[in-house]
Amino acid sequence: MKTILYIDLDKCLGCKTCELQCAVEHSQSKYLFQAIKEEPLAQARVKVEASGDLAVPLQCRHCEDAPCVKICPTKALEKLGAGEPVVLKEDLCIGCKWCVLVCPFGVLNVNREGKAIIKCDLCLERLEKGEEPACVEACPTKALKLLSPEEVAKLKKKEFLVGFQKDGKIIKG
Amino acid sequence: MREEEKSIDKASQEILEIAKKEGIDTAWDRYEAMVPQCGFGELGLCCRNCLLGPCRIDPFEEGPQKGVCGATAEIIAARNLIRMIAGGASAHSDHGRDIAHTLLLTAQGKTKSYGVKDEEKLLSLARELGIRTNGRDKKEIAIEVAEKVFSEFGQQHGELQFSHRAPEKRQALWRKLGIVPRGIDREIVEVMHRTTMGVDNDCENLITHGMRTALGDGWGGSMIATELSDVLFGTPKPIRAKVNLGVLKEDEVNLVVHGHEPTLSDVIVTASQDPELIELARKNGAKGINLAGICCTANEILMRHGIPIAGNFLQQELAIATGAVDLMLVDVQCIMPALSSVAKCFHTKLVSTSPKAKFPGTEHIEFKEEEALPIAKKIVRMAVENFKNRVKEKVNIPGEKMDLVGGFTAESVFKFLGGKYRTTYRPLNDAIISGRLRGAAGIVGCNNPKIKHDWGHVEMAKELIKNDVLVVVTGCSAIANAKAGLLKPEAAFQYAGKGLREICEAVGVPPVLHVGSCVDNSRILITLCNVVAEGGLGDDISDLPVAGAAPEWMSEKAVSISFYFVASGVFTVLGNPFPVLGSREVTKLLTKRLEEIVGANFAFESDPIKAAHLMIEHIDRKREALKLKPVMYESKEKVAV
Repeated sequence: MKTILYIDLDKCLGCKTCELQCAVEHSQSKYLFQAIKEEPLAQARVKVEASGDLAVPLQCRHCEDAPCVKICPTKALEKLGAGEPVVLKEDLCIGCKWCVLVCPFGVLNVNREGKAIIKCDLCLERLEKGEEPACVEACPTKALKLLSPEEVAKLKKKEFLVGFQKDGKIIKG
Repeated sequence: MREEEKSIDKASQEILEIAKKEGIDTAWDRYEAMVPQCGFGELGLCCRNCLLGPCRIDPFEEGPQKGVCGATAEIIAARNLIRMIAGGASAHSDHGRDIAHTLLLTAQGKTKSYGVKDEEKLLSLARELGIRTNGRDKKEIAIEVAEKVFSEFGQQHGELQFSHRAPEKRQALWRKLGIVPRGIDREIVEVMHRTTMGVDNDCENLITHGMRTALGDGWGGSMIATELSDVLFGTPKPIRAKVNLGVLKEDEVNLVVHGHEPTLSDVIVTASQDPELIELARKNGAKGINLAGICCTANEILMRHGIPIAGNFLQQELAIATGAVDLMLVDVQCIMPALSSVAKCFHTKLVSTSPKAKFPGTEHIEFKEEEALPIAKKIVRMAVENFKNRVKEKVNIPGEKMDLVGGFTAESVFKFLGGKYRTTYRPLNDAIISGRLRGAAGIVGCNNPKIKHDWGHVEMAKELIKNDVLVVVTGCSAIANAKAGLLKPEAAFQYAGKGLREICEAVGVPPVLHVGSCVDNSRILITLCNVVAEGGLGDDISDLPVAGAAPEWMSEKAVSISFYFVASGVFTVLGNPFPVLGSREVTKLLTKRLEEIVGANFAFESDPIKAAHLMIEHIDRKREALKLKPVMYESKEKVAV
């Protein structure tokens, strides 16, 4: 399964469209003009953070050996299987926030009401329909992609080889 | 998106199939690639007016709620919207200015390509503008009319002359609100001033000035464009013509004019009838020269010469993709930059003509009024000479073409309603008062791939006429309704309610009346004034059982038009909402509170049937307020909806 949210840092312009469309996807109506009138307002599971000159969209990395799953005392967080997303069963969450503390990336947070956590579900509903996650589909520069580990590995190899050829000056033509 | 989901028009569907096969991108493909479109932009929450930003407000209230300067969603949405009005009002008004310029050059004898075709209108305008006409030379009068009209653009104080055509009560309201336009350009400049960093921060104050600017378009720039076009090119009279891509001809040179200003298209009509050029066409293997139009320049020459229309806004690329267009001539407004790449797939020559609108990769032949006819002939000659380059295998002309009657105006049509011998508005007013007609509605505006092509216009018109609402149309809406056959007198039998059908039958008019191009929306304003003046239906436009709609709008011009209608007292429904929904206060102001302020408001409804019923309900409320008789033939279906 494709579970790596790949971020091309050169392409992210920081427009926050991913945030907006994430909130729309997690609203009741899933329709922007309605969603902004709903009570409670939907929340985005992705956040674009600034890091120097770079803008980086951050959301759950869906770790294979996820510290949040391990520490969750009520089994509200669950890894659906190898290569599958980490999902939250909101009714089991007691809001202890241990997961927020142990997440190495700081991508978990409490929701607007403050009673449970909120996290990226990789748009499971959309994936089941064969669609991409809302943030990926919405990204106007395609800075966000959903790829399999193999695809990412291949991309990285290519990047490495291009750099290798440039620096080693073995480019022909 | 499948082809039949893109458009209800069979001819368009057919060419879209071909475009897909040939790998030609159209607006629909580009729209699909653009979805989801930027939500901040859709909601009006992005501000780029200064370099503290760009700033945007998070509608889900987690991110910033204020721009760097402190501007809220209300301020940003209102500022952006009135800048759209400024854009639209500029387009119409600059068009009007160009027509005034042509009249001036004509009267001064600096161009021989034009003349005064409607002298009666020139004289009545002169009298209205306070210009002495007795014993004076026509040319002298025309010069003074043109100069007086020119001064309306740069006027710094006072009131635009044509605003005095509005009912007294409306004028008084405008004065009370301080929104009588002083000068056409002045109000537009003030929009730019108020919306620049750190000036007007009150959304109601901003929108109020937006209305003033839009009124300067409707009762200024657009009205000038219409009136002076009538003077120069003749006031339209009912005329038969044909519409849709099927008007292109396999065995003739096809020259398509696309854009807005009649100064060019009207002389092209003359040039295309030049015997020498027709002979040249024959020598090149064509049977003749076939002129057709797209968008409003098409409406201008349809209304006055019965020149066929090839299509509306979303058909501009499709016309070229028929492979049968030898030359497409463009001037200004609504011309997709994409045309040059579509033209490259065929033999079609694309020629730009306005110094204001150039297209990279496109031949530019600058149009000058002083040499209008020679330039027009040169362009027609190019089309003729390009005929031999047409690739037969690439030609696909759809069979669809429809008959229509166009050419209605405030002066002509409504007077016909009583028959030839009673030239007053009385019969129209009486028809409404007696309940034979429920009321009237204007459907105007563009196409937009966000709404199935033509569907919004046609379904809305059908629903309205079914309920005995007389419909007037302009611009791309007129073309959509024409293609659907609603502009034929026979349409009354098929689609109109009993009351409207009786009137159409008696007078011999279609149930949907083509009143012109988008600047000709000013004809609708004049018509409304005439109805009020005729008496019996209240003393202000906002009293009338009428409504307006732009079901498929996309252009800033539509924003300006809808604002001048609402500010004149006409309830108006838009298919797509204005990009302001991110601000609750601005949304509430536009959709509710404006009614208390100017006697009319906006509604946003993308379903054309539901939108038609919002209009019908509004018309019924106005009938009730006027204590009119119940509608004569109330249909049961209407109640059921």
